Amino acid sequence: MRSIARGTVPRRSPFTDPRIRAWVFQVLAVLAVVAFGWYLFHNTQTNLAHRGITSGFGFLNNAAGFGISQHLIDYSESDTYGRVFWVGLLNTLLVSVIGIVLATIMGFILGVGRLSSNWLIRQLATLYIEIFRNIPPLLLIFFVYFAVISPLPGPRNSLSLWDVVFVNNRGVQMPAPSAVDGFWAFWLALLVALVAVVVLNRWARARRHATGRMFPVFWTSLGLFLAIPWLMTFIAGAPFTWEVPELQRFNIRGGWVVIPELVSIVVALSVYTAAFIGETVRSGIQSVSHGQTEAAASLGLRPGQVLRLVIVPQALRVIVPPLTSQYLNLAKNSSLAAAIGYPDMVSLFAGTVLNQTGQAIETMAITMSVYLAISISISLLMNWYNKRIALIER
Amino acid sequence: MTIHTFKPDLPPPTISIGALGWLRANLFSSWINTLLTLVGLYLLWLIVPPVLEWAIFKADWTGETRADCSREGACWVFIQTRFGQFMYGFYPTELRWRVDAAAWLAIIGAAPLFLRQMPHKLRYGLGYLLVYPLLAYWLLHGGFFGLQTVPTSQWGGLMLTVVIAAVGIAGALPLGILLALGRRSDMPAIRVLCVTFIEFWRGVPLITVLFMSSVMLPLFLPEGMNLDKLLRAMLMVVFFEAAYIAEVVRGGLQAIPKGQYEAAAAMGLGYWRSTLLVILPQALKLVIPGIVNTFIALFKDTSLVIIIGLFDFLNSIKRATADPAWLGMSTEGYVFAALVYWMFCFGMSRYSMRLERKLDTGHKR
Amino acid sequence: MSDSVAQAGQASEPVIRMQGVHKWFGQFHVLKDINLSVRQGERIVLCGPSGSGKSTTIRCLNRLEEHQQGRIVINGVELTSDLKQIEAIRSEVGMVFQHFNLFPHLTVLQNCTLAPMWVRKLPRRQAEEVAMHYLERVRIPEQANKFPGQLSGGQQQRVAIARALCMKPKIMLFDEPTSALDPEMVKEVLDTMVSLAESGMTMLCVTHEMGFARTVADRVIFMDKGEIVEQAEPEVFFTNPVNDRTKLFLSQILH
Repeated sequence: MRSIARGTVPRRSPFTDPRIRAWVFQVLAVLAVVAFGWYLFHNTQTNLAHRGITSGFGFLNNAAGFGISQHLIDYSESDTYGRVFWVGLLNTLLVSVIGIVLATIMGFILGVGRLSSNWLIRQLATLYIEIFRNIPPLLLIFFVYFAVISPLPGPRNSLSLWDVVFVNNRGVQMPAPSAVDGFWAFWLALLVALVAVVVLNRWARARRHATGRMFPVFWTSLGLFLAIPWLMTFIAGAPFTWEVPELQRFNIRGGWVVIPELVSIVVALSVYTAAFIGETVRSGIQSVSHGQTEAAASLGLRPGQVLRLVIVPQALRVIVPPLTSQYLNLAKNSSLAAAIGYPDMVSLFAGTVLNQTGQAIETMAITMSVYLAISISISLLMNWYNKRIALIER
Repeated sequence: MTIHTFKPDLPPPTISIGALGWLRANLFSSWINTLLTLVGLYLLWLIVPPVLEWAIFKADWTGETRADCSREGACWVFIQTRFGQFMYGFYPTELRWRVDAAAWLAIIGAAPLFLRQMPHKLRYGLGYLLVYPLLAYWLLHGGFFGLQTVPTSQWGGLMLTVVIAAVGIAGALPLGILLALGRRSDMPAIRVLCVTFIEFWRGVPLITVLFMSSVMLPLFLPEGMNLDKLLRAMLMVVFFEAAYIAEVVRGGLQAIPKGQYEAAAAMGLGYWRSTLLVILPQALKLVIPGIVNTFIALFKDTSLVIIIGLFDFLNSIKRATADPAWLGMSTEGYVFAALVYWMFCFGMSRYSMRLERKLDTGHKR
Repeated sequence: MSDSVAQAGQASEPVIRMQGVHKWFGQFHVLKDINLSVRQGERIVLCGPSGSGKSTTIRCLNRLEEHQQGRIVINGVELTSDLKQIEAIRSEVGMVFQHFNLFPHLTVLQNCTLAPMWVRKLPRRQAEEVAMHYLERVRIPEQANKFPGQLSGGQQQRVAIARALCMKPKIMLFDEPTSALDPEMVKEVLDTMVSLAESGMTMLCVTHEMGFARTVADRVIFMDKGEIVEQAEPEVFFTNPVNDRTKLFLSQILH
């Protein structure tokens, strides 16, 4: 009996049952991670105790006591570290947003240029991309900051554009708008124009569907956008007065001052990221097979319509995900600002605040959480977008 | 039955061939194209002559001091006099042969791997990967077998950049592959751990990670234990890049058809054997371009160690341009740096393209 | 024999006339002196070995390829590089491709209404009616709101035929419409093409389906190495080919 039983139903050893093995393995892995985490925590506690640092976020309410060269919200030395956080965050976002806009424009031009039927344009776009994507962005920032802006003349000998915009080694000075009487009317007019354009678009599409007649939507919209606010300035007065920077004996006063650090980072990062966006755009357009163009053309669609109705909607599905990851890269690369002292999140918070307070863990945790939050929210958005636009197949 | 005689091939009409036809088709096919060509030519005319003039025709090529920079163009004297520092940092001058030796050993040792008919390539490669790091450590750092110790604080220049990049690559690739496998694992706990690790490192900028290595790592370690600054930076670079490699490799793993897993299982291969022998070789081949792109990114990222005060290639140039004896040499310095970084990165990307073509054994669908 | 073909449509001016058409791909001479005229309602099958220029010939007819010498006149309009004329001709000439080339981001119905709405400027309601009419004719009205990726190859090709028909073309070009299909789906596409032929559409088909050529074609054209080697009624073409090249080709294709 026993021998038969042993022969037909082999006894299971717990070491070869894959399910038990998986369980054991997972429990061990989790235990190891927890133990390691506890070990780090324990070390940190003893170290902090020895150095006499109290942990906690109370320091955020203390006065910072240092000045910041660029702040988008009111800030003075007596403000708290908490406010420094917001100043840094806004400065990071400022670089990211300007950089993203510029890089996108340049990148799309480059991507389309790479596919141009013009040989020279193709070569120039390729040259640009091959040069700039193979150079570290930090080097580009240094180059713009130390080799382009620093050697510029001082404020007294600024290069000027029509005596309105001044470029010198302290940055770019340009006219600053300040709101006057017509300010609200102007924004109202813009809003009205926006609504008018939306309504017009809906109406034009409905009419096209109903009667088949086309309406020059683009040009009318553009006209509306220009005309309504322009008319409003006649009715309600100018929305802004421009405070033009003035050249004085030693300096330039007034106007908006764009600090050289900001110029360097924005220029370098958009030049760098544009090369990658260019490649993204090129491969996106190329991913739409030539057969699609041929089929659309053989139906009698004009080249512009082929592009708008057939190529772009398909190419965008391919372009958007890597494009957002380029945007994320740019936002993360904006932290390179710390290397030339632009007051961004990292250089203010993980730099100055950390040095002053010694709260290494808290400041680093806050800084990293900000970037993590940005990354995770964007990738969630991307997953949602990808699901929404995925081509339906069997 | 008639026998058909084919008409002879005729040459195409001259308008579509030859230099003229080429010009017409590629540069002047429509008025828009003609306009674009003219804009392009104008751009070239705007950029190329001044750059050539500055970099070559009006440049200073010989001399020893700042005073020799007399002409209008670039002063390459600066690069020449500081070349040693750019390459080796503060590595003692009389010991620089050790760095050279390590570099030559790397090249000579790796050369057989690129020969087509080389027996036991895999075995040799693995042996090389095992032996060379020890040898390199002995040569660069020293401290035993009769070589004098050179502390890492004296390392610098291009050598340091290459060391960080090489260690980063060597560490990030295996770790990244393990993470990718973990992320695709059937075991939920392992999956969660790997996903958390990957997403954390991918979500933060390298700069904050390096900051962390210099301000937080010392707090994590038991009292009295102090890791070398370079070592800490390299550890962070490895973790950081491993997360990116993991995502690239995951892409390759996902592209492997399910049939391959099933076939491997049907042959009675266990998890590790089917992964190592069947799945990974295919998956890695698919993602070579992605891996090389990550390596290129890593190489560029090494420049960030400037933040924690390491004297890598970019930092040594930055320091040199700040030298009061050589003021105003920023452009020359950074142009030279850009050229060196570019050669490395461009070389890698070309090599990956060649490899991709060579390995393209029909995975096109 | 060819007199009877000539009589069938002698009254009308040919809808397609190719005179001495030459084309080169770089240095390669792909079309050599092609002369062809097609009358209203005529159904033509082009066959020949691969690389013989048959696809290129019909692709020249709606300017997907540009010819470098000779004249092509369609419906009395000569094909030149003038964009307006090309568009005018393309909206009169429908084309069906080997790989269907349906727009994957649009539903079947939207595929069919796109060109009528943007080129013919039809109201949407009317365009959809036309589309449903032709989708019924190719017998897949129930798939109208699906995406191309959800259909089988044969269904996709029938949608592609309907899409071309929605422009109410005078001429239909078929570029190997069944070559990319699984064998069991060839018949449904051929049936659609036969019924189209019976309705009197002028058709030029590049195909290797000799059964289709036998039953439907008014004329079979055999091309090789960029030339028209032989053209005849299918009866004559299959039973009594004149040319050595034709014989060789037929023996290969008909076993």
